[in-house]
Amino acid sequence: MNKLNTWDQWPDENGRFGEFGGRYVAETLMPLILDLEEEYRAAKKDPSFKAQMEDLWAHYVGRPSPLYHAERISEHFGGPKIYFKRDELNHTGAHKINNCLGQVLLAMRMGKKRIIAETGAGQHGVATATVCARFGLQCVVFMGATDVERQKPNVFRMKLLGAEIVPVSSGTGTLKDAMNEALRDWVTNIDNTFYCIGTAAGPHPYPELVRDFQSVIGREAKEQILEREGRLPDAVMACIGGGSNAIGLFHPFIEDEGVRLIGVEASGHGIETGQHAAALNGGKPGILHGNKTYLLQTEDGQIIDAHSISAGLDYPGIGPEHAFLRDTGRAEYLTCTDKEALEAFKLCTRLEGIIPALEPAHAIARLGDVCETMDKDQILIMNLCGRGDKDIFSVAEHLGMDI
Amino acid sequence: MPTQRITDRFDKVRAEGRAALVTYMMAGDPDIEASFDALCALRDNGADIIELGAPFTDPMADGPAIQMAGQRSLKAGTTLADVLALAARFREDDRDTPLILMGYANPVFHMGYDAFAEAAAKSGIDGTIIVDLPPEEDHELRQAYEKYGISVIRLATPTTSEKRIAKVAEGASGFLYYVAVAGVTGAGSADPEDIRDGVERARRVSGLPVCVGFGVRTGEQAAAMARIADGVVVGSAFVDHVRLALESGASGSIAARVGGLAKELSTALKSA
Repeated sequence: MNKLNTWDQWPDENGRFGEFGGRYVAETLMPLILDLEEEYRAAKKDPSFKAQMEDLWAHYVGRPSPLYHAERISEHFGGPKIYFKRDELNHTGAHKINNCLGQVLLAMRMGKKRIIAETGAGQHGVATATVCARFGLQCVVFMGATDVERQKPNVFRMKLLGAEIVPVSSGTGTLKDAMNEALRDWVTNIDNTFYCIGTAAGPHPYPELVRDFQSVIGREAKEQILEREGRLPDAVMACIGGGSNAIGLFHPFIEDEGVRLIGVEASGHGIETGQHAAALNGGKPGILHGNKTYLLQTEDGQIIDAHSISAGLDYPGIGPEHAFLRDTGRAEYLTCTDKEALEAFKLCTRLEGIIPALEPAHAIARLGDVCETMDKDQILIMNLCGRGDKDIFSVAEHLGMDI
Repeated sequence: MPTQRITDRFDKVRAEGRAALVTYMMAGDPDIEASFDALCALRDNGADIIELGAPFTDPMADGPAIQMAGQRSLKAGTTLADVLALAARFREDDRDTPLILMGYANPVFHMGYDAFAEAAAKSGIDGTIIVDLPPEEDHELRQAYEKYGISVIRLATPTTSEKRIAKVAEGASGFLYYVAVAGVTGAGSADPEDIRDGVERARRVSGLPVCVGFGVRTGEQAAAMARIADGVVVGSAFVDHVRLALESGASGSIAARVGGLAKELSTALKSA
């Protein structure tokens, strides 16, 4: 590993965060990801690209999202002052659109007219379909057949937006299988197609560019908390599937060593049952979907299907920068079971009048434990990365209610 | 040395004035015993080089035929160690036919590159194609292979530029695998004339024999491809025979079926 000078220097020129990351793709895709990297470097230096992003963020997405002092939740846990970064108020209901806008603008710079995406909960699919509708681009979304079933409202939304949905039934029909199929489509349609990856994973430069686009979350939060409290928070916290909302919140605080970075993985039925999605807490380093990172896998290096009540966290891997932050000890990674997430979902709804998505409900569920380690005069920011409208049908089912 | 076996085989084929027949089978599909019989049938019916697939749960570069073959193999419990043991068993009676292991990075990474290299060399593996280890990512594996003389077989594609082919060629040995169509295995087929220049460039820059694969299924297609290549790779068509045999409830017919196709292809290449 290179000498660690700053947290900000990663990834290196080979797309590595320490030993993680990289470009593990078939040769057919190499020229494409090298082109994408070049285009991204050019776009980053182009003031008109930045201006276009900021205009769309402000007037189409509704940024900056509010930073809200969740008084009753804070009181409930009796610890530090808890703020919610309200990314669930974005257009389309989650943080996903921050990244989709960036990638679709890149695709247009590259002259690509067909956008493909994978989706788990459907939030990234909806965001991609939305941005494609906005710019008149063709959109094809790959979605595990199991997820198509449990996320019907989002499937319908994507169809309304003009996207073609391709249900994927290989494997367990969840996010990883959708990603395999998207990669197969990409390798087949290289000339006209841009792959809009939904999380901070995949081959370099995706983890970097998704992180950069999502970092708007942390930049705003930092500015807002300085304005409100006149100081940095003591901890920032987010749920983690692939880890895009978490890395977006963490990254602008990464050099502020006094700020704890806390991620919460989905431990499904419990890590000990083997049915979970906690790659960092229950996996080992490996290679999948273009990057080296922590993965759920067997003793023979075969990938194990993840399980989580939340389709958005149901993935056997994790973005490579999180693998790096974990191994270096810069960030802490906790876990939350399906059952705990459901309880937190109810708690937040009743105490704050905010119905969270099941994904951030995982982070809410760990607030109690984290608060115990903090003083009353400290400050914690949690990213409420998605709203729960999409989940009400599956939550009702889990709670045994008819609607 | 293993790489020598590949070189010798191309020398022999060239002396006969024809292209090499490179055949692919998924190890352990539907079980190891059937695979062993199929490998022998391939060799006995004219396969010059054998690619042995190692199954992986997430074969991102493969089409439905090889995906399903991998699933059948995994269902039978095939491990990477089983694949190597199969190679070793084949090697007991065959000192000449090059064996190329083809698969994905994670099982190999998980075994450990050094441990894998040692085990592969002991099993008579001459080279490997690890689909998701492009030149940027395979230096550790190449280092591990060095002392055993195992070849890193690299892929070139129609998207590989003049500049890139030099990178692909650097450190490659044995032969280059030219992917004829942008896509997954088993899909579409290329017109040999469309890729003639790309294949020629790959050969010129690398100084290695170039084998063309993806979308070649019949003797006629193989013969056409042989006009521009040093070898022709056929995979999904063999794997389909396993599926057809299983679907017709005649798993005992696998060796005969794949042997029949190998014969057809080999005959076509000899008369091309």
